[in-house]
Amino acid sequence: METYALDGWAALGDPTRRTIFARLASAPSAVGELADTLPVSRPAVSQHLKILKTAGLVTDERAGARRIYRVDQSGLRQMRAELETFWNDTLSAYKRAVEQPGPTRNEHTNPTHRQPGDNP
Amino acid sequence: MNQATEPTTVNASIEVNAPQQRAFEVFTRDFGAFKPPDHNLLAVPIAETVVETHAGGHIIDRGTDGSECRWARVLAYEPHDRFVFSWDISPYWQVETDLAKTSEVEVTFTALGDDRTRVDIEHRDLDRHGDGWTGIRDGVSTGEGWPFYLDRYADLLTADETRTTG
Repeated sequence: METYALDGWAALGDPTRRTIFARLASAPSAVGELADTLPVSRPAVSQHLKILKTAGLVTDERAGARRIYRVDQSGLRQMRAELETFWNDTLSAYKRAVEQPGPTRNEHTNPTHRQPGDNP
Repeated sequence: MNQATEPTTVNASIEVNAPQQRAFEVFTRDFGAFKPPDHNLLAVPIAETVVETHAGGHIIDRGTDGSECRWARVLAYEPHDRFVFSWDISPYWQVETDLAKTSEVEVTFTALGDDRTRVDIEHRDLDRHGDGWTGIRDGVSTGEGWPFYLDRYADLLTADETRTTG
């Protein structure tokens, strides 16, 4: 067996996988439903789904005898990745601001915050 | 039974060389000074970001042309320990007007010493934005939403290795 990179971009390099991913984006589906409307065999669809799943682009859930694949968790994943970046960037900039000596930039109009340690 | 479910919380924290009081005041009063400027929801540059320092207030970006964007509701303002606000921003960085589809950010300040403070951020209930995401997903049939993402994927890929087709 090959080892698959855990990378969504690489997983979508294959046109068939892009098609499957787009199908799942419009409606969660079982393997059979996908195979019926694609020019590839059912085992091939399963293999593509396995790769998409390894890459974190789709999730699956058992529904009775079937297994339903969907992509909505990937939306949450992307949002989390973006917010993680946002908050880490914000905290880095915050650290620079808070460790600056003296008052910070935004204080020109509103001198209401007097520090108790401020001596003339 | 749900395997590999994505967590619905993002956590971030930092330790700073500042007393707890200053850490709290700079975070709340000067939020606009260190918030990444590329995440601007207005059409024009931000002139100032105002944090209304009471529960029920808002965090407001004001543009250089006087336009306003209220992108958060202040849920708790407890100097110098805790600051909680809603995140009324959709996954596409636009103001979310459906409050059922907003998440929550809690910022806590813990003194580690006279001049050292730990700041923890918990951005939680992110799955509440998921309904909005489902709507975006449903937009595929109308040619909006997902195709945009697929194009982005595809652009990156063609820049990389997929050169088999024109």
